[in-house]
Amino acid sequence: MTRIDDKFAALKADGKKAFVSYIMAGDPDYETSLEIVKGLPGAGVDIIELGVPFTDPMADGPTIQLAGQRSLAAGMTLQKTLDLATEFRKGDDITPIVLMGYYNPIFSRGVDNFLNDAKAAGIDGLIVVDLPPEEDSELCIPAQKAGLNFIRLATPTTDDARLPKVLTNTSGFVYYVSITGITGAASAEAGDVGPEVARIKSHTDLPVIVGFGIKTPERSEAIAKVADGSVVGSAIVDLIAAGKSTDEVLAFVRGLAEGAHRA
Amino acid sequence: MAQDLFNSFMTGPDENGRFGEFGGRFVSETLMPLILSLEAEYEKAKTDDSFWAEMDDLWKHYVGRPSPLYFAERLTERFGGAKIYLKRDELNHTGAHKINNVLGQILLARRMGKTRIIAETGAGQHGVATATVCARFGLKCVVYMGAHDVERQAPNVFRMRLLGAEVVPVTSGRGTLKDAMNDALRDWVTNVRDTFYCIGTVAGPHPYPAMVRDFQSIIGKEVREQLQEQEGEGRLPDTLIAAIGGGSNAMGLFFPFLDDKSVRIIGVEAGGKGVNDKFEHCASLTGGRPGVLHGNKTYLLQDDDGQILEGFSISAGLDYPGIGPEHSWLHDTKRAEYVSITDKEALAAFQLCCEAEGIIPALEPSHALAYVAKIAPELPSDHIIVMNMCGRGDKDIFTVAKHLGVEINSGA
Repeated sequence: MTRIDDKFAALKADGKKAFVSYIMAGDPDYETSLEIVKGLPGAGVDIIELGVPFTDPMADGPTIQLAGQRSLAAGMTLQKTLDLATEFRKGDDITPIVLMGYYNPIFSRGVDNFLNDAKAAGIDGLIVVDLPPEEDSELCIPAQKAGLNFIRLATPTTDDARLPKVLTNTSGFVYYVSITGITGAASAEAGDVGPEVARIKSHTDLPVIVGFGIKTPERSEAIAKVADGSVVGSAIVDLIAAGKSTDEVLAFVRGLAEGAHRA
Repeated sequence: MAQDLFNSFMTGPDENGRFGEFGGRFVSETLMPLILSLEAEYEKAKTDDSFWAEMDDLWKHYVGRPSPLYFAERLTERFGGAKIYLKRDELNHTGAHKINNVLGQILLARRMGKTRIIAETGAGQHGVATATVCARFGLKCVVYMGAHDVERQAPNVFRMRLLGAEVVPVTSGRGTLKDAMNDALRDWVTNVRDTFYCIGTVAGPHPYPAMVRDFQSIIGKEVREQLQEQEGEGRLPDTLIAAIGGGSNAMGLFFPFLDDKSVRIIGVEAGGKGVNDKFEHCASLTGGRPGVLHGNKTYLLQDDDGQILEGFSISAGLDYPGIGPEHSWLHDTKRAEYVSITDKEALAAFQLCCEAEGIIPALEPSHALAYVAKIAPELPSDHIIVMNMCGRGDKDIFTVAKHLGVEINSGA
């Protein structure tokens, strides 16, 4: 059992849907992002996705691309991302943290080193966009062995024939990408998402969380209603990009979380 | 070197798209089903005579293949050693080897029922080739090109537009070739159902490295036949030399000779201002280390944190921080040697080729020629070097003029 499994068990007991938020570690700088991350659980966030900056985020839209560039320009690294998690864990041992990013910084560090350090930093799960099940031996299987959840993306192009392959070796939850596209693009209609979530759930007992393109509390609620929860990233990162204060960012997050929790 | 059939260098990649540890399929889930169906379609086409008959017909009548294998008598005299042959792929329609591969991919796209073609381009040669073949088959074509390259390669941008392609200047990241590839991948993820991504080099997720290599292998196959016609039955080249950015022209020349133990194989990377710790070069093999980018594991220019670095080269066509995974494997197994040539050396070779042979080479093969100039004088006169003249230099005359301190009106 990881903190992620515990969290979903607790939400289930409360009859609540999950709200997952994404921000880029180190955006716009280490201190500010640490302050925001520390405030997320209080704003109603159930699971924190922490972006690891990478120079070539090929599945991300402009909002998250620019966040990564700001973060790298401010000197952020994978090591400092782990430091940030360690710092957060000093005051919160319950809220799960999922690292989300691309494989090269992890590969560059060395998979075994990375897994040891991530575990020590209190990381609970990994989402690595450019590691499909065909590459499971690279990181997915070693991560599961190390006790970290490996969370997979399922997409509208993942058909029934392929779903079992995607779900094998997936743990924690399934992240359903509701559109074929990049982060921050237009969102799918809840009416279209519902049947897709049901399709995935017919293959797995894992919770299914839906993201991509959710920008408002209403949308967060509508999507969470047809799934086990919603994920918001780009809309939050947009506020950070606009230089909003931590309080303003967290107030926005609170609205999105309340939307999901109303569902 | 290959000892027997079981140690063949020509059987890769394996079923996971790996050449040793290199290659693979490092893409997002959205693209995986498409990549798998592309692989299936390519496997079908590979053994389908009608596919190759169509390719051969287009290669012959549209591209102008076979390209000549030309004995460069004056360069040979100048160097005073090995006998130099140039494989004249710069005489192809659109002026480079790029079209060999584009034709194959567009025929596959048609078989898959895709109606929209996207491509990335650096100097513009792959973009022009893709726009050309799309015009020939009436397909919609969108070319991603770094904003900086759009500015400095204005004639190629205009060519692509004349051919009916939409050229999208890429401003994401730092607006270079690798960012153009990122934006092409983002487009593909978004328009996955009707769009085919025509990759210009032997990189990207499996099956691209193998597929592009197979389409480019026409270069080496022709060399094998042509050299025997000119030098006698059974005569193989002693040394093969080609320039490498992503490495498609080199793979095309090398591949048919990988199991011929006597053939020495040399790839020439862009050394820019010199392979130094400031990364003012594009020599992924001589100055980088293994990593994962754009769908494959291969040697990359990167910092200690695994962040990708920008390369630097006078040649926009070599300006890429990675290299095809099969080259990484040939490097590690030592079947091929990889060396680097600086901007300065390439410029000197460019000028030499113009005045000694009446051939204006592209800056990319000028790198290969500069290495020929280094080793040929020391080799005996019965040693045959075949160098791939993979592109013509019309596109580069403005860059060369600038470096020589000459002002000409680019018309840009």
